[in-house]
Amino acid sequence: MSSPPPAAHPDALTPDPAAQGSLQDVVIRLAGNSQDGIQSIGGFLARLAGRSAQDVMTYMTIPSTISGGASIFQVHLGSGEVLSPGDEADFLIAFYQHSLDNHIASLRDGGVCIYDSDHCEPDTSDKRVTYVGVPFTSATVEAIGGSARDKGKNMFVLGQLVRVFHLDKQKLVEIIERTFGRKSEDILRNAMLAFDAGYAYEIGDVASGQFSIQSGDDDGHDRIATDGNQMMVSGLLAAGVRYGSGYPITPWSTIMETLRVELPKYGGLFVQAEDELAAVSMAIGMGYSGHLAVTGSSGPGLSLKMEALGYATMAEIPLIVINVQRGGPSTGLPTSVEQSDLMQAIYGSHGDTPRAVLAPQDVEDCFYIAVEACRIAKTYSMPVIILSDQALATRIEAFREPDLDEWVEEPDLDLSERPDDYVPYPANGLTQHAPPGTKMAGGKYPVMSGLEHDEWGHPSSNPEQHAMMNARRRDKLVILADELATPEVHGAQEGEVLLIGWGSTYGPLRETVNRAGDRAIGHLHLRHIHPLPPGMEDIFAKYKKILVVEMNDRGVYGHGQLATLLRSRYCDPKITSLAKTDGLTFKIREVLAGIESISPSA
Amino acid sequence: MATEAPEKLTKKAITADHPTWCPACGDFAVLAAFYKTLEKLQLPHEKIVTIAGIGCSSRFPYFVNSHGMHFIHGRALPLATGIALSRPDLHVFVFGGDGDGFSIGGNHLDHAARKNVNLTYVIMDNSVYGLTKKQTSPTSPIGYKSKTDPTGAIDQPVNPMRKLVANGSTFVARSHAAQVKHMREMYERAIRHNGFSVVEILSECVVFYPGAFDAGNPRKGGEFPIIEEKLWDGTPEDESRHDVTDFHAAMRLAEEPSPGKFGVFFENDERPTKNALEQRWIDSSREKTGGAGAKKLLSGRFAAMK
Repeated sequence: MSSPPPAAHPDALTPDPAAQGSLQDVVIRLAGNSQDGIQSIGGFLARLAGRSAQDVMTYMTIPSTISGGASIFQVHLGSGEVLSPGDEADFLIAFYQHSLDNHIASLRDGGVCIYDSDHCEPDTSDKRVTYVGVPFTSATVEAIGGSARDKGKNMFVLGQLVRVFHLDKQKLVEIIERTFGRKSEDILRNAMLAFDAGYAYEIGDVASGQFSIQSGDDDGHDRIATDGNQMMVSGLLAAGVRYGSGYPITPWSTIMETLRVELPKYGGLFVQAEDELAAVSMAIGMGYSGHLAVTGSSGPGLSLKMEALGYATMAEIPLIVINVQRGGPSTGLPTSVEQSDLMQAIYGSHGDTPRAVLAPQDVEDCFYIAVEACRIAKTYSMPVIILSDQALATRIEAFREPDLDEWVEEPDLDLSERPDDYVPYPANGLTQHAPPGTKMAGGKYPVMSGLEHDEWGHPSSNPEQHAMMNARRRDKLVILADELATPEVHGAQEGEVLLIGWGSTYGPLRETVNRAGDRAIGHLHLRHIHPLPPGMEDIFAKYKKILVVEMNDRGVYGHGQLATLLRSRYCDPKITSLAKTDGLTFKIREVLAGIESISPSA
Repeated sequence: MATEAPEKLTKKAITADHPTWCPACGDFAVLAAFYKTLEKLQLPHEKIVTIAGIGCSSRFPYFVNSHGMHFIHGRALPLATGIALSRPDLHVFVFGGDGDGFSIGGNHLDHAARKNVNLTYVIMDNSVYGLTKKQTSPTSPIGYKSKTDPTGAIDQPVNPMRKLVANGSTFVARSHAAQVKHMREMYERAIRHNGFSVVEILSECVVFYPGAFDAGNPRKGGEFPIIEEKLWDGTPEDESRHDVTDFHAAMRLAEEPSPGKFGVFFENDERPTKNALEQRWIDSSREKTGGAGAKKLLSGRFAAMK
């Protein structure tokens, strides 16, 4: 080892004294190339955290190239509430010189950098952090032997991390065995050889126990660890979605890949369409056929679906549309996070096309938002757009397993004969379609139309008819808004600044409030974007300033998309905007600086 | 009710609005032949689904009293694919024109064929955009004068038979709106075909392209040459007859000059439908999970996340 002897910086990772030398939380950044399997290190740590009643949040970047290219995976492990991936890293694990060079600045003063001494030469004159050199590559090759080369060094590093943080080795080995045991004995054996070698590799003081992480409080509930796209699929399956269609686009693709494999197990089907227009059209066909169907995409794909989505509003077809937002416009930043599709989701398509728009606030909420979207689509017979984003889609969190007894619903295809007086679009009632295969007692069969129509769906360009039908479609959202609960405010219930966010900014905003000390800062998070929930004026009145925080451009008039919408809705000039488009999630210090700029601390 | 004999499907029962087409439009005959075919085949009324996109001919679903959908321009096939795949109990019919099928929806035509979705598609080809009042269509011949090509069309037209045979459609036939009996025969064979069946019908637009298909109409001085199919009787005459399973023979027929031949160009009964292939996958997936319910399946899914 060419590195100086490891010794923790005096300011580093100040341990919680009550926990006797153990840490409440730690942020580990793994930096390497996309083919090194660093995502799986993060995945294992996250699942272990889930089983140890710890909280976890991960953050990753992957290049949009097919193979190769720099990649990072950041894991924030903690025994308390973990709400963000962490502004700065406590530990940096660097696989290459470029990983070291590009990410050393993300390491906090007094942090620890463990680097592959086969590939990196750190600047040892840098006393800001502690460097620990370990030959990941040669030690892995030595441990596995044969022609395995350096495949498996991710497992070596995992072994080291278990040692450094005094994680529960036995539980982790069980998870590794379950994961690799499904593949083959050889793969499992090599993984364990590398893991054990990493665990046994002597790295001195860093492993002495000063960095061990406390276990969380076990509340007796089963916990799971996974990413937002997987939880979205779980929610759709629970709510009875059995059919769908899509076209591949990052970061939506893993949802369609999973549905393609999962739905046949439930007797359903997911079709890979030839393009986005066909995907939404097929899903509308499935919805018309009496199923609750899903389609989805990311930014550019949502734009392509817009004409057909207008039809779904017009013909009142229930449909779930997932949009995993990424950086735009155009092809934009396919693997970065942004929230710039809000206006597209609400107002996209031609004509007046009311539809509901929801946004999950974290990975766990992807499940519950999907379930709610299904309920709204079925009750109101309309398309519902779920706005997820790249950060939610790919990051892993640990949380309580949903109660399946409460949430699982088996779908029901209602082909019972419809009575004489049935009409598809009653003037004073919600549409419930008679799907094909349904006998009509009156002998007259319904035809769905994209033309303006009367109660029977029959084309009509009568002026009163068009106004009445537009009102009918819009009023469904008015009725829906009435049944929504007013969101609760986290933190100060009145005072200085109210932070408003939507989607994946939930964690950073909540953490900002937690860190705001005795300043009167509150946080209101919107899961229902369109229609907005009732009662918000009363909340707004209790604060001096309102700051809407979102990841999109501040626009010509200085306000992000949600801020624009809220200013238009509430005509309240104290609503201001903190908007950014660097393709990265909000850091706590960025939000604090935003608060400072509109409401300077004394 | 199960004890009652099923109601007989009459032309009256499946007739809806009077068509909004111009008097003497070829589409009237296409519709009349469809009524007659349904009456003959006695399909269960509630299982008939009539789908269309946008265009003059795409108003079709309003004129048939069945479950149906008048969708957006060019996307009738993927819509119908969603219906056919998720509800294999239904009889799915798609009607549309040459613009809908060969221009804005051209990509979908290739993919519905490639997937071999079990449905019947009738293309009413008038070689002009009629609803928008006389623009060049994908099948307008070179030299056709329209509002978008006032000095005559310059783009090479689509050859519908060549496209359909080449893209893997498993039943491809061609007929003429002036030949009601022949249309009915083509419909019937298309409906009986298990897979993606397409019938292209030359249907004259009497307002914007009168006389477009006179060459295929004996009453207008043309001729209506019918494809003679092989009888497999071992006779010397049979040698020269058309083998509908022969791809290359079908392509040769497609290259014949106007008016070309009418009848079944191609049929492949061997290739499995997407409906069958997907069902096979559903069955094997269900078998692996022992037909478990959603709660059990999801519980297993969550267990793998622990």
